Amino acid sequence: MQQLNYLKETPSQTAGPYVHIGLAPGAAGFEIYRQELGWDIAGPNAEGERIRVEGLVVDGAGSPIKDVLLEAWQANARGVYAHPEGGGDVEDGFRGWGRVITNFETGEWAFDTVKPGPTPGRNVGQQAPHINLWVVARGINVGLNTRIYFEDEAEANSKDPVLNLIEWERRRATLLAKRNNRDGQVVYRFDIKIQGEDETVFFDI
Amino acid sequence: MLKQGEFYQRDREWHPPALTPDYKTSVTRSPQYSLISLQNSISEVTGPVFGHNDVDPLDNDLISNYAQPGESPIGERIILHGRVLDENGRAVPNTLVEIWQANAGGRYRHKKDTYLAPIDPNFGGCGRTLTDENGYYFFRTVKPGAYPWRNWVNSWRPAHIHMSIFGTGFAQRLITQCYFEGDPLIDRCPIVKTIPDADAISRLISRLDMNSTIPLDTIAYKLDVVLRGRRSTLFENRLEGN
Repeated sequence: MQQLNYLKETPSQTAGPYVHIGLAPGAAGFEIYRQELGWDIAGPNAEGERIRVEGLVVDGAGSPIKDVLLEAWQANARGVYAHPEGGGDVEDGFRGWGRVITNFETGEWAFDTVKPGPTPGRNVGQQAPHINLWVVARGINVGLNTRIYFEDEAEANSKDPVLNLIEWERRRATLLAKRNNRDGQVVYRFDIKIQGEDETVFFDI
Repeated sequence: MLKQGEFYQRDREWHPPALTPDYKTSVTRSPQYSLISLQNSISEVTGPVFGHNDVDPLDNDLISNYAQPGESPIGERIILHGRVLDENGRAVPNTLVEIWQANAGGRYRHKKDTYLAPIDPNFGGCGRTLTDENGYYFFRTVKPGAYPWRNWVNSWRPAHIHMSIFGTGFAQRLITQCYFEGDPLIDRCPIVKTIPDADAISRLISRLDMNSTIPLDTIAYKLDVVLRGRRSTLFENRLEGN
């Protein structure tokens, strides 16, 4: 018999407690690069509604995970990703990707961006506006993938193919960011529960 | 022309499971529900694109990127190099590779690391580079030291360099750790052993590479990194619904 000579993916290992040295050295406590990557998700020219998303990542004992690092990946307000297969052109300076770190004392994190538009579904229809998230930390062996949806997009959410894939309707709510206004700014709250009651839905993508 | 389809399914029996009690921190940081399996949409096959405006040429030289002029960090001078490939064996060009590590004494330059080994004033401990058109990457650094950590009372991490790799789609995003051939701490490490398969562990152990070693100067280790491969769509299907 011939061999199928595919290679195997390199196995994952935890990002560990000092992930900031590599991905956000300023947060580790030193300056080294001309520019760190991932601090401006949308850029100055992005169209659409400016929003802030904030939250906590909470472990199975109910404690905030203070050494977590998140990466966000999103389309622009027209639903286009900044990628050759992303569906079109984006505004100059829009990357749609960013890194999010916590306040080491409290575990609170926040990032500023624009609200993404709906994107094409796999075969037909559309996906409701969402931000893709990747969560790494000490104690997480393989980065966790989830999605932030927006609670004020009820109609689009009700037709979203990914939300509808979640058999337990009650769990879908764990992916909905709650909209607030604070000093004239739109702030969405999105707490991630890694384990236990109201555990956030994570995806094998 | 064949259309590029989804990434190959990640082999969850090859990667470490979420709950690995001997690595104690995973106990409260592992989801209890199963992951929801998702076929790739545009959100997963796309991912951030980086270019030469993002990275400076010397960002991959940890021996010089934080050293005072005329000085260099203490430790064994090494080159870490290899290729980033996909599961089809094809090079992954222009992809961002970032690394971070402890210094030769096993101490990290991080405000949360309090190990008694000293900070090296000439060593930052991070580097980054883009792979070339053949998927090739290289870093120059010093070999990191082993260090103790609070897992069991007497747990020591083998010498390792953390690696972060992007690929072309967000579904390929990967963080892992590179170890060094011959280190007796590898087989004792609860983090290494979160990976159930010995063959899988071997993929993280860089090999001494005498051919790439620079005589009288720097010793080389080689590690190829493999990201998920992608299916070519041979036939368009016409699924109903989503």
